[in-house]
Amino acid sequence: MNTISYRIKDFLKEHHPFSFLHADEQLEIAKNCSIKYVEENESIFDIEKPLLNHFFLVKDGAVGLYNQQNQLLEKCDEGDIFGLRAIIRNDTYKLSAKALEECILYTFPSEIYDEILSKNNDVVQFIIRNFASTNYLNVNAFENQKAIITEEKLTINFSKNPVTCKKETSIKDAAQLMTDKKVGSILIEEHNFPIGIITDKDFRTKIATGKIDILLSVEKIMSSPVICVSDKISIAEAQIVMLKNKITHLCITKSGMKNEEILGVLSEHDIILIRENNPSVLIKQIKRSLTIDELKKIRIQSFDLLKKYLFQDLDIDFINKIISEITHTLTARIIDLAIEQLQEKPPVPFSWLSLGSQGRKEQLLLTDQDNAIIFRDSKDNEKNRDYFLKLAKIVTTQLHEIGYEYCPANMMASNKEWCLSTQEWKEKYANWISKPVPENILFCTIFFDIETIYGDEKLEVDVTHSIYQNISKNTIFLNFLALNSTQNPPPLGFFRQFLLEASGAQKEQFDIKARAMMPLVDAARLLSIHQKIDVKNTIERFAALILKEPQNEEIYTQCLNAYKTLLKFRTKYGLQNNNSGRYIDLNSLNKSEKLTLKECFKAVKEIQSLIINRFQLANFM
Amino acid sequence: MFFRKKYPPFWEEYLSHFKNDSKKTFSEIRFVILDTETTGLNIKHDKILSIGAIAVKNESINVADSFECFVKQAIFDKNTVEIHGIRKYDSQKIAEEKAIQDFLKFIKNAVLVGHHINFDIEMLNNSLSKMGVPKLKNILLDTGNLHKKTLLDTTDHHFSLDELIKMYKITPHDRHNALGDAMITAQLFLKITKKLSKNNTLSIAYLKRPAKHIGLI
Repeated sequence: MNTISYRIKDFLKEHHPFSFLHADEQLEIAKNCSIKYVEENESIFDIEKPLLNHFFLVKDGAVGLYNQQNQLLEKCDEGDIFGLRAIIRNDTYKLSAKALEECILYTFPSEIYDEILSKNNDVVQFIIRNFASTNYLNVNAFENQKAIITEEKLTINFSKNPVTCKKETSIKDAAQLMTDKKVGSILIEEHNFPIGIITDKDFRTKIATGKIDILLSVEKIMSSPVICVSDKISIAEAQIVMLKNKITHLCITKSGMKNEEILGVLSEHDIILIRENNPSVLIKQIKRSLTIDELKKIRIQSFDLLKKYLFQDLDIDFINKIISEITHTLTARIIDLAIEQLQEKPPVPFSWLSLGSQGRKEQLLLTDQDNAIIFRDSKDNEKNRDYFLKLAKIVTTQLHEIGYEYCPANMMASNKEWCLSTQEWKEKYANWISKPVPENILFCTIFFDIETIYGDEKLEVDVTHSIYQNISKNTIFLNFLALNSTQNPPPLGFFRQFLLEASGAQKEQFDIKARAMMPLVDAARLLSIHQKIDVKNTIERFAALILKEPQNEEIYTQCLNAYKTLLKFRTKYGLQNNNSGRYIDLNSLNKSEKLTLKECFKAVKEIQSLIINRFQLANFM
Repeated sequence: MFFRKKYPPFWEEYLSHFKNDSKKTFSEIRFVILDTETTGLNIKHDKILSIGAIAVKNESINVADSFECFVKQAIFDKNTVEIHGIRKYDSQKIAEEKAIQDFLKFIKNAVLVGHHINFDIEMLNNSLSKMGVPKLKNILLDTGNLHKKTLLDTTDHHFSLDELIKMYKITPHDRHNALGDAMITAQLFLKITKKLSKNNTLSIAYLKRPAKHIGLI
């Protein structure tokens, strides 16, 4: 036995399904391994071609599996097996395999499957599950996202454990059960099939009228047959069924037949609740709210909405717009209420600004509040500032109460540094741009991305206009901004390894914000300022850049998609772990997630080299 | 006069593989990629510590077809232990003669490939001559020369294995272990021949030809 076999065995034991095997078996497989090198785009096997007598394991690189139409169906990354399906079926290849990048492949003779893998139950289970999950039909799932917006599925919102009883149960006992469980309906079941239903209405029409004795069995008053629907139907369809049958409760079964097991009950009330949790209703509620408690409740509801949208895999751009709109309206409502509380109208027009990620409308999860005020110049600037500071104090406190943390760097409108008149703001920007020391560059990256949340937008436009004037006077400023935007190189090491945080509390974790998202945000800001594109959102900035520079369409499209992916990734991860989602534990990611991330980093690398060329940073340093 | 010198059986057996050595296509040829770890770089005084070798055929590295041995030393230099990690009394060690015989049995008539292979071959030939037999008869290929043929680099620079590993993005596992280095060199060989095969029909004659003579013949 030699060094190489042990090295291969070490790789095998880290990867399913080999990990299920005994060490001796892993070594036996390692001994029979051959190693192949394939170049990018090189074909490994083709559709309908006869079987090779071996299957593959990706050691380094990535392999794509394609169907007849040459659509990429599956990506195999380090540690993934492919080419085994055909061997198990002993049939021709149904997909073709091609290297997506240069690869080192381990190949194993097909006897390894027959003699070792197929004898281990865990291994076989894993392989079957793997085949099932990479079902060819999955590919189209992503395409249908838009449709779901109008036709929301029931899936999560019906009561999964409905209250039931047998047909012999007395009416009185059934009523008691419903009262105890606080429900408005009870299903009568036989072998877990629905045979009847009683709702509150039946008690009113059949019992309270004295027509039927409450000691008789429920069979006497139940409605039968029960109207059943499948758990796959849309809300709209469920409503139509209720209207048509003049009923308020539906029984849910797997395919909507009544001779099937009961899955749950959907009531008209449930539908109202589902409908309530929609953006336009939430925004209406915000505008009508009178207390911070009400707003806090709506903020929590918007969080549920975010979860639901992510679960339904809607386009992140769409989710982004909705959640930002809600945050926007929420803040504006708080300012309204604060002005009422002060019992004094603002002395001059002002604009309440959101900064940074909120200014770019890219804040999905709760993060810090970053805000500022611009107020119109007058001879009473100091007196007016006192008013706006008082207002800001109330607003920031209340934002904090409904869940937005105070900014640790105190970049808030309640700080007199950031509660300035139009002229003062212009001076501030002029100073930053003419002296591009690192600290000032940092301020620029935050205060260039501003959005008016409340008040007079003209003030914001006036101030931002001065930014462009100052930049054209200080052309070197953009080189400094460019330099800053390339300070964080993409987080991939030489051998395609992730670069992890080396020290601190996040040791061994991966900082998705600093290492992947900020470089894209910085690049989009820099390039759009350079092209005088006046949009704030990173996705919109890249979209505008594509129109301005069609020659760079490919790279900007890559960046746009990478940013969407990262934003979604971070939000999902944050929701899952109940934090900001900023630090990611690599071990918790699956193969395809890792591969997706790596693909995003390629975009970071490309855009940074574009910036280095455009702003001649090689000579600049 | 007419009688050929009688050699020990192991050498006769080795020679027998070269009889009827019919012409093979590139994918049929068995290449053996080898590396030796030695006590130093002086061919006259230094000794072989270990030999590692692995076969490549039909563009695949065949793990089952590999060879590794560690040689017992009469003189032991503790200074080199740090580099190769081979200790004085490793249980698996065998005598030098046995190691060479086993190695011949393994390589047969394969085309031998190594990085700056001439050094390894001279070390092996030295041992063979001490055993009273002639030099190795195998065809030799040097990955240093093969790399030059890719014309990636036209300078006269002699690339170290480390430099090429970096250039060809190969993960350096088990560096400074004979079989580990042979494995790395094997990957290098696969990558280089893949590159060369794009513009050339690969043949031994072509691979053997020094890089500089391209275009002059």
